[in-house]
Amino acid sequence: MYSERSGMMEMGEVMEQVPAKTGASDDAPTLLLSVRNLNVQFRTNDSLVHIVRDVSFEVRAGEILALVGESGCGKSVSSLAVMRLLSDPKTTRFTGEARLLGKDYFALPEEDMRRLRGRDIAMIFQEPMTSLNPLLTIGRQIAEPMFEHLRLTASQAQVRAIDLLTKVGITDPERRLTQYPHELSGGMRQRVMIAIALACNPKVIIADEPTTALDVTIQAQILDLLQSLVREMNVGLVLITHNLALVARYADRVSVMYAGKIVESGTTRQVLETPRHRYTEGLLAAVPRLDVPRMARLQSIPGQPPSPRNFPRGCAFHPRCPAASEACRSQPELSATDKGQRYACIHPATAWLATTQTNTASDPANDRLVRAPVLQVRGLTKDFHLKRGGTVRAIQGIDLDVPEGGTLGLVGESGCGKTTVARTLLHLQAASAGTATFRGSNILSAGKSELLKLRQKIQVVYQDPFTSLNPRHRIGQTLAEPLLVHGLCVDKRAARARVEELLDLVGLPRDIAERYPHQMSGGQRQRVGIARALGMKPELIICDEPVSALDVSIQAQIMNLFADLQNKLGLSYLFIAHDLAVVRHISDVVAVMYLGRVMEIGTRAELFERPRHPYTRALLAAVPSLGDENRKSQAHAVVKGDLPSPLNPPAGCVFHTRCPIATDACRSTIPPAVALSQTHRVACIKAECP
Amino acid sequence: MIRYLRNRLLLAIPTLLGVATLIFFMLNVLPGDTVETMLRAEGGNPSVELVAAERARLGLDRPLIVQYGDFLAGLATLDLGQSHWTGKPVIEEVMLRLPITLQVAVLSMIVAIAVAVPLGTIAGLYQGSAIDYAIRIFAIGGIALPSFWFGMIIALVMLWSFNWLPPLGSPSLMTDPMRLLQQLILPAIAVGYRYSAILIRMMRSSVIDALHEDYVRTARAKGLRVARIVWRHVVPNSLLPTITMIGLEFALLIGSLVVIEQVFSLNGIGRLFIEAVSRSDFIVIQGIVIVLTVIFITVNLLVDLAYAAIDPRIELG
Amino acid sequence: MRNPFATAVSDGLWTEAPKHSGFLHRYVLGQPLGALGFVLIVAGFAVSLLAPFIAPYDPLATDYGNAVAAPSLAHWLGTDSFGRDLFSRILYGGRTAFLIGVSASFVGCTIGLFVGIASAYIGGWVEMIIERFLEILLAIPITVLALVLVSSLGRNLVYGIDLNLILAIALPIIPKMARVARSQALTIRSQSYIDAAVTLGFSDLRIIFRHMAPNITGPYLVLLTAFISQAILIEASLSYLGLGVTEPTPSWGLMLAGNAFNTAMTAPWIVIFPGVAIAVVVFAFSMFGDALRDALDPKARADR
Repeated sequence: MYSERSGMMEMGEVMEQVPAKTGASDDAPTLLLSVRNLNVQFRTNDSLVHIVRDVSFEVRAGEILALVGESGCGKSVSSLAVMRLLSDPKTTRFTGEARLLGKDYFALPEEDMRRLRGRDIAMIFQEPMTSLNPLLTIGRQIAEPMFEHLRLTASQAQVRAIDLLTKVGITDPERRLTQYPHELSGGMRQRVMIAIALACNPKVIIADEPTTALDVTIQAQILDLLQSLVREMNVGLVLITHNLALVARYADRVSVMYAGKIVESGTTRQVLETPRHRYTEGLLAAVPRLDVPRMARLQSIPGQPPSPRNFPRGCAFHPRCPAASEACRSQPELSATDKGQRYACIHPATAWLATTQTNTASDPANDRLVRAPVLQVRGLTKDFHLKRGGTVRAIQGIDLDVPEGGTLGLVGESGCGKTTVARTLLHLQAASAGTATFRGSNILSAGKSELLKLRQKIQVVYQDPFTSLNPRHRIGQTLAEPLLVHGLCVDKRAARARVEELLDLVGLPRDIAERYPHQMSGGQRQRVGIARALGMKPELIICDEPVSALDVSIQAQIMNLFADLQNKLGLSYLFIAHDLAVVRHISDVVAVMYLGRVMEIGTRAELFERPRHPYTRALLAAVPSLGDENRKSQAHAVVKGDLPSPLNPPAGCVFHTRCPIATDACRSTIPPAVALSQTHRVACIKAECP
Repeated sequence: MIRYLRNRLLLAIPTLLGVATLIFFMLNVLPGDTVETMLRAEGGNPSVELVAAERARLGLDRPLIVQYGDFLAGLATLDLGQSHWTGKPVIEEVMLRLPITLQVAVLSMIVAIAVAVPLGTIAGLYQGSAIDYAIRIFAIGGIALPSFWFGMIIALVMLWSFNWLPPLGSPSLMTDPMRLLQQLILPAIAVGYRYSAILIRMMRSSVIDALHEDYVRTARAKGLRVARIVWRHVVPNSLLPTITMIGLEFALLIGSLVVIEQVFSLNGIGRLFIEAVSRSDFIVIQGIVIVLTVIFITVNLLVDLAYAAIDPRIELG
Repeated sequence: MRNPFATAVSDGLWTEAPKHSGFLHRYVLGQPLGALGFVLIVAGFAVSLLAPFIAPYDPLATDYGNAVAAPSLAHWLGTDSFGRDLFSRILYGGRTAFLIGVSASFVGCTIGLFVGIASAYIGGWVEMIIERFLEILLAIPITVLALVLVSSLGRNLVYGIDLNLILAIALPIIPKMARVARSQALTIRSQSYIDAAVTLGFSDLRIIFRHMAPNITGPYLVLLTAFISQAILIEASLSYLGLGVTEPTPSWGLMLAGNAFNTAMTAPWIVIFPGVAIAVVVFAFSMFGDALRDALDPKARADR
C-alpha cells in the first residue's frame, strides 16, 4: 500500500536488532484500568475552563493505549486526573470513575489513594530535566517508593535499584546510584524515571509525552525500551502524545482527543487507516511523512484550534470541518461501528485513502540546483570560549550552498550547531572563521553600512512565536516600524497600506494590526513574524525552526505558506529544523549536521532515498512514521548511546562513538567530504562502500 | 574545598581594596573637615593658622595620593591609623567594641532563621489558609516597623509589665552568659524581627514555587507520605534561595545594628561609628567601614559554603 | 494538620464561570493589601500636603505649661516635652518623610536604571568595570553608606530641605536598582524580538529606548515603590541618630530621638505615635509595591 523506503533493509543488517512488537492475542487480557466519564474543570478569578469532558478509556495487561491530540486538548490534564494529582479544590474539580482491577479508586480517601500511587499505578513525565529532585542521588530517588510501599531495607532497595537500572539499559548501575541528576543526560534521566515507575512493579504506567523533550535517536531508544517492558512485565501503558507517528509505531489502540473530548477511538490500524472522524482525517493528512512520496502541498486544517475558555457548542470541530452541517451544532455521540471503532461524527469520512494518493509532487526542479547559489558558505567555524575555561566547538568548518529561489534544509539533533549557523550568518554572533558570500559580498566581514544593506536582503523567521514579537507593540506597529526606519515607505499612511498588503500576503485579516501579540494564537504570531521579514523585500530568509513550536494542523498551514511565498516572490530559504519529515517536505537540498560538522549533503532525493552516511541512516530509522503500523512485524534499527558533549567532541569522525560501522581509522582521522555526485557529498570514509 | 576557599579569599581582596579606596576618596575628596569640626567643638572660632597647624600635625596637609598610599600601606599591616579625635589606634578601639556587636548579630541571626524557616514553610504549604494569613501579617509587621522603634517599644513593654530593663555593664560570654543573654536578647529580637520577616517571605514564596515543581509532582506520583515530600523534597530546595537571601540581607542586619546599639546603649562598634560620624573623625569611619565589609564578606563566604553543602550542583573544586 | 496535597473527587461540576471580572475583583479583592496600601499612600500624601489646613497647632510652637500632656480633646495625640502638639508635628513630619523618601528613591532608581541597562547593552570591559564597582558598593550596608555620605557631604539646605541628605540616601539605592535593571535587560536582550530588531537593522539607541526600556518599566516601578519605604526608614533612622533632618524641622525619626525613650517610660504617646506613623507609611508602600509586582509578573498567582 505504501512505498517502502529503500534504505530500510540495508540498515537492518548493520544495526542493532530490536525485538519486534507482537500482535495482540485473541483471548482478551485482563482489564487493568478503566476510566469512565472523566471531567475536569479549572476555575480562575474570571473564567471557567471545562478542559476534560466525559473522557472514557481502558487499558489491558500488556497493551499500549495512546491518548493523542494537539496542545490544549486536555490529554495531559486527563492523565494527572487519573493519577489523582490535581489537588487544589478551590481551582480544580474532577468527577467520574476510575477503576483499577475493578476497584473504584476515585472513591478512596487520600491516604488510601497515596498507597496506590507509585505501587499499582505509576507515572512518567514529560520533562526529564526537571522531574527529578536535583538535590538527591539517583539511588535515593529510586529507593524512595520501595521504602514507602514495599518496606524494603536500604540494602534490599539498593539491590533492586541496581536490577532496575540494568533493566532500563543504564550501564555501570552501581556508580549511577551515587550520582545526582545533573550528572546525567536527558535520555539517561528519562531511563531513571522509568526505573522509578517500575520500582514497585506497578500494574499500569501512565507516560505523559515521555520523549517530547528528547532528540529523535534517544526517543526511539526510550520508546523501544518502554514497549519491551510492557510486553515483558505485562503492564498496561497509557502513552500520551501529540505525535501520530509514534502512535503508529508503538500503540495497540488509540483514542484521539479534540477540545477535551475523545472524538475517535479504536485499534491503531483502524484509526490510522480508516479514520472516520473528520478531525482525525484532517490531522493524518496534515502530518508530513517520510514513508510516502512527497506531496506538493500538505493538507492543512483551516482555522485556529479552539481556546479551552470557549469551546464551540455541539461538535467542537464544526467551525473547521469541511463536512459540517447545521446538525453538527448539536452534540454527536461517540458511537461504535461493527469492529469496535468508535467515533463522534455525524458525517464520517469514507474515502481517506484516496486523498493521500492524489497530489504527489514531481521530483525537485533540477534547474534550481544548477543555478549559482544565492548564498555560499565556506569553512564557517564558531568557537565559544567559556568563562571558566574550555571551548565549545559549535561549528567546525562547514560548507553550504543555498540554491537561488530554492530551499536548503539544515537538519540535526540538539547541540549540533544548526542554530549557531543561523546566528553567525545573521551577524548576531561573530564567526570565528570562514566566509559567507551573498551576491558577491562576504556577509561575515561586512562593514556597518554594507551590513545595513545586507540586513534588508537577508531576513529571519524565529522559532518561538511567543518571544519573537515585542509584547508592548501592536502588530501594526511591529510591521510598520522597519518600513519607516529604512525609508521603504515615505509616511505613516503609505506604511499602513503596505502593512495591510503584508497581512494579506500571509493570510491574516487586516484588523489584526490593532492587536497585541498576547491576543493571538501561535500560528497567527508566526504569520506576523513572516510578514515582518517580508516587509523588507528580502531575497533570502533564514528560518530557524519556524514550525517546531506549532501544532500539526497549524504547522501544515505555515509550511504551505512558505511554499506559496517562494513560488510567488522567488525567495530562497535556509530552513533549519530538527524534524526530518518537515525538512524533506520543504527542501530542495538537505544538509545533515552532527556536533558542528556536516555529515552529509545532497538533494532531497539523494539524501532521503539513497542516504550514505551511517548517521543519516540512523536518523531516518529513528523517525517514526504513520506507515509504521504496517511494518510492526519488522525490526527497526536504533542507534546506541548518547550525544557526546560539544565541549569535548570525539576525535576523528565525531560520530564514531555511536557508529555501528566505525573502525580504528574513524577514531583518528577526520573524514573528508566525498563527492558522490555533483550535489551529493558524504563525510565518511566508508561512504563509497554500499 | 581548600582551593575553593583560597580562590574565594583571593577574590575578596579586590572587593575589600575597592571599598577601602571608595571610602577613602569619598571622605577625603568630598567637603567636610575633621580638624575644623574638632576645634569648633573645643569652643570659639579657630584661626586659619591654628587649623593649618593642626592639619600639619595630623599629616593632612600632604598630597592626597601620599595619604592614600599611607592608608593602603597601613591596611596591609592591619593598621587602620589613629583617631584624629582621641589619638588612639582605630584597630584597638574597634577590637574593644567588636565582640558585643558580633554577639548581637549572631544571636539575631539565629533567632531570625529559627523563626523564619518553619513559619515560611507552613505558610507556603497552607497557602491561602488562616494560618498563612496570620504568618503573613506577622511578616508584614517585621517589614513595616522601624527596628529601632520596635526595640524601644519592646523595652518599654518589658518595663511596664515586669518592671524589667536589660542589665547594664559589659558581662562576658565566658563568666556570665545568662546576664549577657539578658542584655542582648531584646536588641537581637528588635533587629532579628525585620531580618526574619524578609526570610519568611522568601521561604514562603520558595515553598510555593517548589510545590509547583515537577520533582514534587514526581514525589507525589511515587505515593510518598506528606512528611517525606515536605522534608526531603520541598524544604531543601526552598532553602537554597532563602540561604542566598540570608547572605544578601546581612548588610541590612548590620545597618540596623548600628542604630539599635544607640537605643539600648550598647557600647558596640555601631556606637563608635555614630560618634565618629558626628565628629567627622574620618580615620575611624573608614576603619569601621572596612571592618564591617570584612564581616559582610566572611558571612557571605559562609553562606556560600552552606549553599554548596546542600546543592550538589555546586562544586567546591 | 490538613494534608496540603489531598485530592478528592467532586460531587458535581461547576455550572458557570465566576462573575468576578471587574476592577473591584481584580485589584481590590485580588490584592486587598495592595489596595489598602494604595489608599493609605493617597491619604497620607493628601494629609501631608494639606497639613497647614488640617493641623490644629503650629508644629514649632512650644508651650512649656502644657509639656508632656496626655492625649486629650485639645491635643489629640498629646504633646512632647516642649509642649508641642504631636498631631500637628506628625502631619508636618509626613511632608518630610514623603519628600525625602520619594525624591531619594526616584533619583537612586532612575540613575540605577540607566546604569544597569547601559552595562547590559554595552557589555565587554565597560560592563565588567560597572559590575565590579556595583559589587563594591553592595558590600557596604545601605545605612552605613548613607551615614558615611552624610558625614562627608555635610549639609546643603535649600528652602529648609537638606539636599545632601536626599543624595546620601539616594546613592546607596543606585547599585541595587542597577543590578536588577541589568539582569532584566539581559533577559530581554536574549528574547528573539531584540534579535529581530537587530536583524531589521535598527540602531542601538532605537533598540534601547523603543524595545528594551519600555519592557523594564514594570520592575522599575516595583523597585521605586519598594525603595520609597526603605528611604523613609533610613531617613527616620538617620534623624533618630541626630544625623538626618535637624531641628526644628519636624521629622518622625527626630521625634523619637534624644531623651524621648526616657520620657516615654511615663508618657508612652511620645514614642508610640511617631513610630506608628512611620510603620503605616512603610507598610503602605511595601504592600503597594508587592501588589504591583504580582500584577506585573506574568507568572505570579493572584494570592501570593
